[in-house]
Amino acid sequence: MAGFEPQIIAFCCNWCTYAAADLAGTSRMHYPPNVRIVRVMCSGMVDPIYVLKAFEGGVDGILVAGCHLTDCHYIDGPVKCDETVNKLREVLHVLGLEDKRLRREMVAASEGVLFAQVINEMVEDLKKLGPSPFKAKTEALA
Amino acid sequence: MNLEDIIQKTKTYYCLECGKCTSICPVSRYDPGFTPRGMIENALLGFDDEVVLNRKLFSCLTCYTCQPECPSDVDFPVFVREARGLAQDNGQSGVCAHSGQLQSLARLMTNPDIKQNRLEWLSGEHRVSDDSDVLLWVGCAPYFEPIFRDVEFSALGVIKSTLKTMNSLGVEPRLLPNERCCGHDALWTGDFETFRKLAEHNAAQIREAGVKKIVFSCPEGYRTFKMDYPAHVKLDCEVQHFSEFVAERIGKNGLKLKETKKKVTYQDPCRLGRHLGVYDAPRKVLESIPGIELVEMRHAGPDSICCGTSAFTNCDSHSNLLRSERLKEAAATGAETLITACPKCQTHFRCATTDRGEERRSTPRLEIMDLANLVANATGE
Repeated sequence: MAGFEPQIIAFCCNWCTYAAADLAGTSRMHYPPNVRIVRVMCSGMVDPIYVLKAFEGGVDGILVAGCHLTDCHYIDGPVKCDETVNKLREVLHVLGLEDKRLRREMVAASEGVLFAQVINEMVEDLKKLGPSPFKAKTEALA
Repeated sequence: MNLEDIIQKTKTYYCLECGKCTSICPVSRYDPGFTPRGMIENALLGFDDEVVLNRKLFSCLTCYTCQPECPSDVDFPVFVREARGLAQDNGQSGVCAHSGQLQSLARLMTNPDIKQNRLEWLSGEHRVSDDSDVLLWVGCAPYFEPIFRDVEFSALGVIKSTLKTMNSLGVEPRLLPNERCCGHDALWTGDFETFRKLAEHNAAQIREAGVKKIVFSCPEGYRTFKMDYPAHVKLDCEVQHFSEFVAERIGKNGLKLKETKKKVTYQDPCRLGRHLGVYDAPRKVLESIPGIELVEMRHAGPDSICCGTSAFTNCDSHSNLLRSERLKEAAATGAETLITACPKCQTHFRCATTDRGEERRSTPRLEIMDLANLVANATGE
């Protein structure tokens, strides 16, 4: 699809991925401006409804990113996050959404390069997939 | 529409303020803040906001325990449903259980362009036919499966059992690859727009498939198709609950049920019992299985107590208490298994038994299963 710019919502944990995004910025790395970052205190607090509501609102892809398994400030946030995302994947699969529209990553505070790379890959993937089937509803919901 | 119109439409003005509704209401028993009589009084006195913006509006189970008791025949559940429509217009939607995923999924399903993968669970042991004029309604089961895995409930297990039983009765039903949520929850939480879209989509799918009969394993879908769809869409087919489908074939069609030694008690789902008056069919099915001893709970049949949450809204400590008390009642019969005929009853009861909170230690750990599971086990070799 020509000229299609996907919209991505990224739920980033305060301690790692948000800092990584900051690092990517201060290090002047380039990544596409299609992503809107939502800072959450822990990736474990990302509730299924955050993701579903975002899809309802018409975003094309969602990134849920936080600390590595052993880095969590709250002990086992990433484990909880994995559970939520895996469950959501099944639900979204039944709903007919492509697997690549929901991405789960672990990006530590020092991994600014990885953050930029993840966003680059996601934008590329989503450009191939085209707009989300729920896109058309954006206006109606506004 | 405003509250006055709803009062006129549901003839709430006949209310005598006798309070029978509140005294019999299972929610009021545990939550003194919820009173059907008080809610109607507020409506009649013109305190619209007290009704529409009251968060307790979404606590009503719409279980129809109150309506048969009302000397003035006020249809409180319908009054609540319509008032919830007003509440939705004011941005109130109750406190959604499971963080509102189920409501969100229903809204997402109104999109006509999605291509669902809802029949991937089908395996070689199930026989389905695309030419059959009998449809098995799968409904929300593929969505419930991952969501309720943590309370150890398999919604698809119920569907598989239903299908297995239908197969052993010599019926190869049709399954629709693109059916949607029936819209029951959207309707009862006042989200009429979502309900209408879902109903129209489903009706179009069914008309296209040209089926003559739809079999439901979920009483909510059954109720919605039987009582709510006719007002919105045109559908020309017979609808039946799984228990009725089996009950009319007992002793015929070569249905052989092997002996299952079990003492069971039966939970009447509110939608199947009080809404639709189906009390005998599930009992007939239970009694037809050799070895099954059915013992009734203190509140059974029309007096049955609801599982505690309707439409996944306002599930709170009171709902949990209601559920726990109902389970105690079931355990008091001496039965080892609680049989329900509704996937939602099972979700809620299992939630109460798997909840390991300190105050819920006293909740009995009963085996809970669907009627379809029991019948399917009895049909196996």
